[in-house]
Amino acid sequence: MRLTLKVWRQKNGNAKGSLETHQVEADEHMSFLEMMDVLNQQLVEDKKEPVAFEHDCREGICGSCNMVINGRPHGPMQGTTTCQLHMRHFKDGDTIVVEPWRAKAFPVIKDLVVDRSAFDRIIQSGGYVSVNTGQAPDGNSIPVEKDLSLMAMDAATCIGCGACVAACPNGSAMLFTSAKVSHLGLLPQGQVEHKKRTQSMVAQMDKEGFGMCSNVGACEVECPKEISIENIARMNRSYIGSVLSTDK
Amino acid sequence: MNWFSKFITSSIGKKLLMSLTGLFLILFLIVHLAGNLSLLSSDGGKAFNVYTDFMSNNPVIQTIAKGNYFFILLHAILGIALAVRNKQAKGGKYAVSPKNNTSWASNNMALLGTLIFAFLFMHMGHFWFQFKFGSGLPMTTIDGVEMIDAYAKVSAIMSEPIWVIAYLIGLAVLAFHLWHGFASAFQTLGLNHKKYTPIIHAVGKVFSIAVPAGFAVLPLYLYFN
Ligand code: HEM
Ligand code: SF4
Ligand code: FES
Repeated sequence: MRLTLKVWRQKNGNAKGSLETHQVEADEHMSFLEMMDVLNQQLVEDKKEPVAFEHDCREGICGSCNMVINGRPHGPMQGTTTCQLHMRHFKDGDTIVVEPWRAKAFPVIKDLVVDRSAFDRIIQSGGYVSVNTGQAPDGNSIPVEKDLSLMAMDAATCIGCGACVAACPNGSAMLFTSAKVSHLGLLPQGQVEHKKRTQSMVAQMDKEGFGMCSNVGACEVECPKEISIENIARMNRSYIGSVLSTDK
Repeated sequence: MNWFSKFITSSIGKKLLMSLTGLFLILFLIVHLAGNLSLLSSDGGKAFNVYTDFMSNNPVIQTIAKGNYFFILLHAILGIALAVRNKQAKGGKYAVSPKNNTSWASNNMALLGTLIFAFLFMHMGHFWFQFKFGSGLPMTTIDGVEMIDAYAKVSAIMSEPIWVIAYLIGLAVLAFHLWHGFASAFQTLGLNHKKYTPIIHAVGKVFSIAVPAGFAVLPLYLYFN
């Protein structure tokens, strides 16, 4: 299949970027990243700078293959990361526009690569649990209700890719932060720091300059792990409750 | 009070204010519509005039009205401030505008709100301002009490097609604002659950159409009678 790619090129954070047009010959069995590899091979052979894009696991679990494809973070398929997106979902002769995440808190480093360290700092501010040192505790020694553990595990599937922020017209990180607050806060192991965690993660999220949630819901539509905005409601009530029930 | 200012200036705190003021305005809309429906009683405006007279002179109502003005201003100013902040937080635009099945209303709350605000100026200018500061108001005496003939005033405005159309447009804008706003307010409060969220959404859709439609009946009724 022959494709016309319009890819965002930007030398560095300060440079002004623009879309660059290329022709690529791809195979429908390729993943989107393999198609990008073909483009880069071509650029290298032409002695041009390859397109910088992030990737690692290529199996949908690391959250680094971030591209906005034809206006949609991770492309047109529901619940799919870019690395798991296959070219058979495109047609011969298609024009595909590839852009980086857009959000003030995710500045472009180069081409399609953005700096997502704001997420790391949100995690650092409270995404941990206290455990006793010493011998490993017996598995299953803490009873966990099945429904709650399922909900927590659903929230825990968040891979921190940032598609929620990229999709949000407000550049809000509420879906990511609420997934992290929920996954720890729903389990008994996460109770010790739950209130403090909610408050500090929200405070860090605000400090990083993410926008405020208008409940548009674009995040849950585009999230490759289909995290629900029920988590945002849970974080809102935890936050309001924790402010009203703690001394600080 | 340090915790309070920290709370209320946090992203969730600000959204909480939007939600609570929005819900208060929704309650206000219900009361306002219920009262205005008295325009429909074919008694030459008696019921409506008695109602307006009561509303403008009852101290409890007047106190609530002050609160109402305050909440509208708070909701409007904060809403615009949030929209500006959110635009900055987005930073840039995509070359291909995002396509997803989110509602148009949810993406345009600030535009819709600003239009409602403009509508309110017109609306207050037509009635509230006239009743408070206008001169040469039509008067009427009902059961020995002299009062402003608000019915005559409303009928006069609504006899002009331009105002009828302006009111209908304003109400359509309100319908869109509520189409997203009603359910959104509950989500902001943290109320989202499989058991009741579908009900909130359904009530919100019905409310966002029924209440503006209820208001819209009034100018149309007055115009065609
Ligand atoms: C009778 C009039 C109004 C009613 C009943 C109303 C109701 C609501 C409700 C229920 C919400 C949802 C709050 C939430 O998401 O938590 C909302 C949001 C909003 N309103 Fe209004 N509103 C009215 C007038 C206005 C005006 C005059 C403005 C601005 C000039 C405005 C601007 C906004 C904005 C910008 C939002 C979105 C806030 C956000 O989600 O970030 N509204 N409104
Ligand atoms: S919530 Fe979804 S879209 Fe957001 S970071 Fe996690 S996996 Fe990515
Ligand atoms: S490369 Fe790891 S999720 Fe796509």
